[in-house]
Amino acid sequence: MNKIRDFWNLVGPVFTILLIITAIWYASAVWLNSAWAYDKAKRANVSISFSEMVSDTMIQEKPLLPSPHQVIKEIYKTTVLKKVTSKRSLIWHGWITLSATLLGFAFGTALGIILAVGIVFSKSMDMSVMPWVITSQTIPILAIAPMIIVVLNAVGVSGLLPKAIISMYLSFFPVVVGMVKGLRSPDQMQLDQMRTWSAPKTTSFWKLRLPSSMPYLFASLKIGVAASLVGAIVGELPTGAVAGLGARLLAGSYYGQTIQIWSALICAAILAASLVAVIGVIERITLRKMGIQI
Amino acid sequence: MNESVISANNLSLTFETNDGPVHALQDINLDIEKGEFVSFIGPSGCGKTTLLRVIADLETPTKGVVKVNDMSASQARMERAYGYVFQAAGLYPWRTIGGNIKLPLEIMGYDKLEQKERVTQVLELVELSGFDKKFPWQLSGGMQQRASIARALAFDADILLMDEPFGALDEIVRDHLNEQLLKLWATTKKTIGFVTHSIPEAVFLSSKIVVMSPRPGRISKIINSNLPSDRTLEIRDSKEFLDIASQVRDELRKGSSDE
Amino acid sequence: MTWVFSALLTWIVLWLINIQLAKIEANRFINLLVPALFGFSILILWEGFVRGFNISPILLPPPSAIAVRFSGSLSILWIDFVQTFIKGALSGYMIGCIAAFITAVAVDKSNFLKRGLLPVGNFVAALPIIGMAPILVMWFGFDWHSKAAVVVVMVFFPMLVNTVAGLNAKDNIQHDLMKTYGASYWQNLLKLSLPAAMPFIFNGLKICTTLALIGAIVSEFFGSPTRGMGFRISTEVGRLSLDMVWAEITVAALAGSAFYGLMALIEKGVTFWHPSQRK
Repeated sequence: MNKIRDFWNLVGPVFTILLIITAIWYASAVWLNSAWAYDKAKRANVSISFSEMVSDTMIQEKPLLPSPHQVIKEIYKTTVLKKVTSKRSLIWHGWITLSATLLGFAFGTALGIILAVGIVFSKSMDMSVMPWVITSQTIPILAIAPMIIVVLNAVGVSGLLPKAIISMYLSFFPVVVGMVKGLRSPDQMQLDQMRTWSAPKTTSFWKLRLPSSMPYLFASLKIGVAASLVGAIVGELPTGAVAGLGARLLAGSYYGQTIQIWSALICAAILAASLVAVIGVIERITLRKMGIQI
Repeated sequence: MNESVISANNLSLTFETNDGPVHALQDINLDIEKGEFVSFIGPSGCGKTTLLRVIADLETPTKGVVKVNDMSASQARMERAYGYVFQAAGLYPWRTIGGNIKLPLEIMGYDKLEQKERVTQVLELVELSGFDKKFPWQLSGGMQQRASIARALAFDADILLMDEPFGALDEIVRDHLNEQLLKLWATTKKTIGFVTHSIPEAVFLSSKIVVMSPRPGRISKIINSNLPSDRTLEIRDSKEFLDIASQVRDELRKGSSDE
Repeated sequence: MTWVFSALLTWIVLWLINIQLAKIEANRFINLLVPALFGFSILILWEGFVRGFNISPILLPPPSAIAVRFSGSLSILWIDFVQTFIKGALSGYMIGCIAAFITAVAVDKSNFLKRGLLPVGNFVAALPIIGMAPILVMWFGFDWHSKAAVVVVMVFFPMLVNTVAGLNAKDNIQHDLMKTYGASYWQNLLKLSLPAAMPFIFNGLKICTTLALIGAIVSEFFGSPTRGMGFRISTEVGRLSLDMVWAEITVAALAGSAFYGLMALIEKGVTFWHPSQRK
């Protein structure tokens, strides 16, 4: 009996909120799409009842706000029912975006760690580079995504790489900040202890600083992977891109295909959530092996 | 016959933890009369802090009744019947010392002029005059604790509850503060409940010493002190003092050998 | 080639100067000089490489050309700035942060909301919110209102998460003290929870300054009247006049840094008592 109560305490509130959100979604769909429904009826010189209007709002082709089941149907149609290699398949588009994300994320993490190590061990690097790293984030890099794509295309670098570069730029910052904090996190006592053992700086790094920075690293990786995904999506917007979730978003908005927009968006959301969850799992396994309690 | 200001009747408190129930307090019966200085002493886990917190309505008992000023503990708390001093000063860093002392006065609705007067008065009592515009981090640990005591004295409450307030301070500062506390007690005539780890401190300050023992938390013995109320630190070398101290020590030893 | 060599030489010299400067006792002036020299050396490198390797200005204009274009287009840059930053980003920022703040206070009061809304909020904060831009353009039209709406959505969740964390940040003794004073809910909120939450709230406010600017600019890629920083960037990219693009970026960088800096300044004043400000 207690176990059921505990489970409900944990899941109940989230479940209720999700239920409420779904209800609000349906209500808003009716509300927003009603104008079009009444419009259609007026032009056909027919008057429709309230319930007829409601059912119409649920099946419009270009609704202002698609109802949840319309979006689910569209997602189902373009993932399960389409061949994975088809240009209409959301899985295919998702993979295009995902590959750029993962590549950029890998580059960004590597760059971030290298910069962090440099900043922690070289005072001149700390003083010259760190302020610029922070400033770089106040510059809206996403804004120059179009330019980066065009420039790289002009020198013959196209397709996956330019998007990966944008993703790399977005994900390196959380990694630098997190790693610097993490590498500096051992307290003075622990560092002094290494000195009493005459440990060289490299040993101190591998055996003390690096392990201490793991929790910080994983927190940054979660932020970084989400940022990479955003970078890849925005990287698909310029030059009338034809492939990827961002391209689907753009195409949908050009042609007023709202259901397409929403299904691409939900797909991107699921992708983001899965990536963060995967990192969470890796984090738990790694930290548990290292003996750190989460 | 003095009225009973704080009374506990068959008081029990059990905490449910992952390792099973913890009997923090069991069948506590206690009467504290007006104007007494009562110390609670015992090893870790004997429930002395828990008892103080129950009196302050910061914990709820699972059984039994506690009455403060003839009201339930919750009512007494809403009537602002007592001032509480914690182990750490708990001063709000965004307020000056004066601002911190004004905090309860603002909440309880004293007017601005009265607030100012009380702050000056109470800072003088703890010998911190002139520090009202300083911030907590600019003061030493001992001074912060004095400020926190001043804060508890600022409003009109007949009862003062103190939970190991001098535990984190060094011996010299501690002695000095003990003396000041006694003087305060003499001047203000409040009823004071004081939790401590230190036998000399308990014997020096109190009119009544409650010795407690753990697992389950209970009162082993109540020792009345017949030392004169106007004492100085020298009394710690007197025969009467050492007598009472050894009574306390024996009782504590008995409690710990029961395990 | 002389361009390239002299640029490299200058960079190396400045780097060596920086290494020496880093060894001197740190003071405010040195702390500003070192990164300034570093930034300047990068600009020199950039100019030198572009000229030396004869890189086409269509691909990468040298800093000098950008400066010229910048000073020549001040009126256009100003119009774009007002449209994107002041109308879009700033209004969205204020609405989003205030809404998040009120929601956080409500969540703090209700345990049910805390356990239900927070996990959902944490989840949404990690999603590519920028994807909502086309939808919001469709609902609110091409003008700055849709951009403000995007900013509201982007700013709301990080601000909510930070504020809720802040409202929980008071320590046990401070909280118990309030109970012993018999303080009411509002007294507790105003005198303890809110001041204690300020460091977290400002952390959120600072993060959201960058999110606001990015949201406003990128959402213009999805549709905009013929002005605005995002609009200008995408059209000038199409025309391959990249010096104008870099000029717009400069404006964006200046605006972003100034906005962030303003928040940091206010933070210093409000949270003067926090250990991180007292170093």
